[in-house]
Amino acid sequence: MVVRSLAGALLALTMSALVMLARPAAAAPFVYCSEASPEGFNASLFIANTTFDASSRNVFNRLVEFERGSTKLRPALAESWTISPDGRVYTFKLRPGVAFQTTKTFTPSRPFNADDVLYTFLRQWDPNHRDHRLSGGSYEYFNSMDMPKLITAIDKLDDLTVRFTLSQPEAPFLADLAMDFASIFSAEYADAMYAAGTPEKIDQEPVGTGPFQLVGYQKDAVIRYKAHPGYWEGKAALDPLIFAITPDAAVAYAKLKTSECQLIPYPNQADLPAMQRDPDLVVTSQEGLNVAYLAFNTQKKPFDDVRVRRALDLAIDRDAIIAAVYLGAGRKAKNPIPPTLWSYNDAIVDTPYDPAAAKRLLAEAGYPQGFETDIWALPVKRPYAPDSRRTAEMIQADWAKVGVRAVIVSYELGELLKRTKAGEHQTMLFGWTGDNGDPDNFLYTLLGCEAAKDGANRARWCDARFDALVTQAKRTSDVGERTRLYEEAQVVFKQETPWVTIAHSVVSTAMRRNVENYRIDPLGGHLFYGVDLAR
Amino acid sequence: MPAFILSRLLQLVPVVLGMTLLAFALARLIPGDPVETMMGERGIDPAHHAAMRHALGLDRPLAVQYLDYLGGVASGDLGRSLVTKAPVLGEFLTVFPATVELSVIAVAFAIAVGLPVGVIAAVRRGSAFDWLAMTASLTGYSMPVFWWGLLLILLFSVHLGWTPVAGRIDVLYDVPPVTGFLLVDTLIARDGAAFASALHHLVLPAIVLGTIPLATIARMTRSAMLEVLQADHIRAARAKGLTSFRVVFVHALRNAMIPVVTVIGLATGTLLAGAILTETIFSWPGVGKWLVEAVRRRDYPVLQGGILLVAGAVVCVNLLVDVLYGLLDPRIRHAAR
Repeated sequence: MVVRSLAGALLALTMSALVMLARPAAAAPFVYCSEASPEGFNASLFIANTTFDASSRNVFNRLVEFERGSTKLRPALAESWTISPDGRVYTFKLRPGVAFQTTKTFTPSRPFNADDVLYTFLRQWDPNHRDHRLSGGSYEYFNSMDMPKLITAIDKLDDLTVRFTLSQPEAPFLADLAMDFASIFSAEYADAMYAAGTPEKIDQEPVGTGPFQLVGYQKDAVIRYKAHPGYWEGKAALDPLIFAITPDAAVAYAKLKTSECQLIPYPNQADLPAMQRDPDLVVTSQEGLNVAYLAFNTQKKPFDDVRVRRALDLAIDRDAIIAAVYLGAGRKAKNPIPPTLWSYNDAIVDTPYDPAAAKRLLAEAGYPQGFETDIWALPVKRPYAPDSRRTAEMIQADWAKVGVRAVIVSYELGELLKRTKAGEHQTMLFGWTGDNGDPDNFLYTLLGCEAAKDGANRARWCDARFDALVTQAKRTSDVGERTRLYEEAQVVFKQETPWVTIAHSVVSTAMRRNVENYRIDPLGGHLFYGVDLAR
Repeated sequence: MPAFILSRLLQLVPVVLGMTLLAFALARLIPGDPVETMMGERGIDPAHHAAMRHALGLDRPLAVQYLDYLGGVASGDLGRSLVTKAPVLGEFLTVFPATVELSVIAVAFAIAVGLPVGVIAAVRRGSAFDWLAMTASLTGYSMPVFWWGLLLILLFSVHLGWTPVAGRIDVLYDVPPVTGFLLVDTLIARDGAAFASALHHLVLPAIVLGTIPLATIARMTRSAMLEVLQADHIRAARAKGLTSFRVVFVHALRNAMIPVVTVIGLATGTLLAGAILTETIFSWPGVGKWLVEAVRRRDYPVLQGGILLVAGAVVCVNLLVDVLYGLLDPRIRHAAR
């Protein structure tokens, strides 16, 4: 007994001593509980959001950027630009006097200039560039945005003027340049590291012109940044900025409650009501720039028949899916693009939930008894789909009511993507998050004939009318004209129904009440410039 | 003794070879394609896809890939991660100390509590303490690690505020990594507050990770002690008039230690597996988290290398246990000759 109470007392004593000792003395930093380790610090080599948050979005700048909290473009490292009347030549006037960060290994001798722009793009574009093969040398976004074919020349006209020449007019090009892969690197730093025999350091110890500079990184634990003192828009208010890597959302919530972090990125949907009740926390939500859909494999019977596709669209109760799977944090989708995107056609009439009409249509198409099919569901949570499997089960039940017997197919993610790319599925639950706020990035990228070849178009749908509209919209720079074309394309889409458009999910962020001016990025990033912490 | 250790080491050669094959096969048996996983929703044309697979060396026959990997292992090169492009061994060495530090503290906690509890339960067999200890240990053994961890976080960190929620050390401390063991590095840096913070962050994860070994050790000690306490030499010792303490802790416990040490050795192996869950809950930057991430991304070199290195660590611990047997019981040492 004595021993036990003694041990208890000792334990309590040690604990309180630890609590006292372990309390840090310095000013509180801004801690962001990020969800995973970044793959690296050069955004052009990767496509994961986590990597962009840790690199391009806070450490680097691009020629043009998205305004914070929107998809509107604004001048950044380029002060201004002109586009030739034929839409093929873009000339950028660069911002003078922009300082690169000074780090342990590098002190810049000159401000940002045209050489840096050339280095950044030539490294990705020219297979014979000195650094093209560096760090694996696969530039996923640059390739997937078709840049190698699109760009025919990049020229330096003078120290502060750069000219891009394209093989054809491409209206989304400016928005493409605001994407993470186009983050501007320092040519001087690259040369210095090359001379020192450690060229790959530019991808691991980044030097950018952005508001925060990397100070230290411990894999799976912590990323440290300090405010870049010479940042061209003025020094950031948060200093230091720390990413505490916390993979479990429930644990991140606990850390938020105890002030171990000030902001968490992807709270569990089920925790949101409790967070909203907590007087110390603030939850902000915004419709994400995304869409969740069910794609019919239009090259397979019976889905080559538009009546079957329409019937199965009518047979799904999407309101029930929004309530049960999205827990209300989603908006029923009627178009393939989200309502926050320009050219969204609100005149489109949504498909009602009407099993009786679905049955009639199936009978008309020659399937009065229904048929057997499959639904391929994603095995993982995605930003647009909290639970793909559950959605599949609900659709399965809805279809059973009109006589269509579906089995649910699920593989590990990579295997599923491979098999559906090869067209093994009959229907598939999938989705998309926009990259650059251009409708082209949904309509052409996911539904164009070109995308039916590279696999992004899982409906394998190639409609001449639709494809002509979205291709023409790509070649026109007049926004009014483009809007008209995209609105018409959405009409064709609805008539042809290659997808059942399910939902646009709502994205939430939770933070301590003293965090000020944080804005949700519709493109899914977490940006900390302009954010403040009330003391 | 050296001959004993040598014979044990020789037995390791086929074990290591088998492990390389198993590690390679396990990594490849998981379905999925790293390139597809990397691209996600994005399209990729077949030519570019093939080029990427070629660049990663995945288009070669499996046997060639295995021999290449084996050759690398023999020369101490485990290849580079497909994702970060960093050497696998280097990555392992940055995450391994965190797991070792956590495991050592967890085992120490399990032994420090489990052993006395087992002994007392055996000596007072059938008492309320015995009943309570054995029920508690069965509960501890059956508790899902994930749930147990979250429960402790909610109680001690969120409600009582006694312990930090997660992480290895308060983010304010930037201790230069020398050994990778934070308890050591903070001492090298002569930063008492950082040391306290590291220790403080160890409390909950060590309890969570140590719970199952603790329960096993307590139960095993109890049953081994019960058996030994019936033995003739114990009756003789008591008859000689030795103190009860001496009889129990010197004459009985040493004999009961053989099965207990075995359990501790095996527990250390399972600890590395249990660490995967514990590390995820407590955001602990160790081997478990590193491997889970590699499985998710189909990062074959990391999987192959990581499985091999972890298996190697388990083998080393068991070798140590074998040596300990010899020290505890001369009969085993002589039989091995």
